[in-house]
Amino acid sequence: MTVATTTSPRRAARNRRPAASVRRLGGSGSLALGVSLTWFSLLVLIPLAAVLVQATTGGWEGFVDVLSNPQTTAAIRLTVLSAAVVTLINVAIGPAIAWVLTRDRFRGAAVLDVIIDIPFALPTIVAGLVLLALYGPQSPLQVNVANTETAVYFALAFVTLPFVVRTVQPVLEELDVDVEEASSSLGATPFTTFRRILLPSLVPAIAAGASMSFARGISEYGSLVLLSGNVPFKTEVASVRVVSYIEGGDTASAAVVASILLLVGLLVILALDVIQRRVAQRG
Amino acid sequence: MVKTAPWLRITLRVVVIGYLVLLVAWPVGLVARHAFAGGFGFFVHALTEPNVQHALQLTLIATFGSVVINTVFGVTISLIIVRNEFPGKRLLSALLDIPLSVSPVVVGLALLLVYNPRDSWFGSGLAKAGIQIIFSTPGIILATVFVALPLVIREVVPTLQEIGDEQEWAARSLGASAPQTFWRITLPSIKWAVVYGVVLTLARSLGEFGAVKIVSGNIVGATQTTTLVVEERYQNFDQPTAFALAFVLAAAAVTCIVVVAILRPQNTEA
Repeated sequence: MTVATTTSPRRAARNRRPAASVRRLGGSGSLALGVSLTWFSLLVLIPLAAVLVQATTGGWEGFVDVLSNPQTTAAIRLTVLSAAVVTLINVAIGPAIAWVLTRDRFRGAAVLDVIIDIPFALPTIVAGLVLLALYGPQSPLQVNVANTETAVYFALAFVTLPFVVRTVQPVLEELDVDVEEASSSLGATPFTTFRRILLPSLVPAIAAGASMSFARGISEYGSLVLLSGNVPFKTEVASVRVVSYIEGGDTASAAVVASILLLVGLLVILALDVIQRRVAQRG
Repeated sequence: MVKTAPWLRITLRVVVIGYLVLLVAWPVGLVARHAFAGGFGFFVHALTEPNVQHALQLTLIATFGSVVINTVFGVTISLIIVRNEFPGKRLLSALLDIPLSVSPVVVGLALLLVYNPRDSWFGSGLAKAGIQIIFSTPGIILATVFVALPLVIREVVPTLQEIGDEQEWAARSLGASAPQTFWRITLPSIKWAVVYGVVLTLARSLGEFGAVKIVSGNIVGATQTTTLVVEERYQNFDQPTAFALAFVLAAAAVTCIVVVAILRPQNTEA
């Protein structure tokens, strides 16, 4: 929902203000910063560091050992594959949804806008249950994907739906429709207009949305618990592996798999930062 | 409005609506039907069961804690980041986004490693002092605070940048104290951003599952939150209760996003 957008015109006007208006931290400011940092460290930084430390207790061999366990390998392979496939689906359908939301006017369009946000807001366990209602044993469509690999894709498609839509939508809103009109009035086919006019401006937004969608797909847990059945070698994903390691008391192995998930998450933050700075430079 | 070829416009519209209906709208609608399949009486009966009541209470406590802590922390750190210059500012603002991209199970594991009462960095000491974090309410609150941490910040920071600080300077130069300036000038102008942040935090906190499952120990009637009851009941073939609770959670979540959707357009101009 809240994807950092590029500098707005109003903000650009602010930036012209002299740098002198930026304060140096005073006494009470330093105190507030200190308290905030302590809280943030105790809650987030130290615990995450502990995961990395715990992952290295077995040394490099322990690390390799956990990752070469066939069940874990299968789980990681499924996680990466399903997150990648679902991200591709989002890259295809996301811009189309965003286009319909910004360029097409029809009754009920506002409802679509709210529907897009539902996967963000819905508790993940409820998301799993919701999909089971339509694609589970009592399916009115007679489609039962529960406990199959397909269920993993359904769950991930559901929870990652908003990312590409919500990053592309504001960019489409700002783009001038005149250019699209000019292009089609000069005889370009809709496909050419899309490829030559729209796509170039949308690529950074699509890339940002895709990386968020991939990160979410890799780390998903709640929506899969009920839907996929967590069948080893078949529907078990990395986060489910982490939980079963923890439940078995093997926090070291859990930490190894968790640290991989953590590193992928950090890489995505880094990628997003790079994309956004590129866009800011161009803008 | 672009004059896109009608066939293309209609095709896109149908594909998009079809996708959204099959993936989101229809399944979500079915949950409502399942929740009331046994009639309204059963729905109420399911929600008033003692273990369910306890779980709902625990969820409310964790959500309340998460909203209060994240709002105070979020507004404070946003003010510090936007209005001050200090070394490491860029790094800090990047680090603050981490909780959004960490898997809930990693969050759970991380807190477990540091705060478990047996062999952890802080947990053992706290346990000796009589404070238990893991497998009890404080752990559940910590996990909930963790996963929802950036939401207020991400709403407040852009607004603070946009409003600038002339008014704050004017107030200060006219003799207002720092707290007066905050309550009378800064807070009113970031009010809506804080409200959005709170609503988003609320929705996220009500629904946390993975992290809470690991730190709470999932003990029925003691440390089980609402989302954990949904899982337990579904797996133990008490699907009507699972769907009833899922409906309550879904209704709360949808209410949150509808509130934001209604509030937001009116205030983008302000």
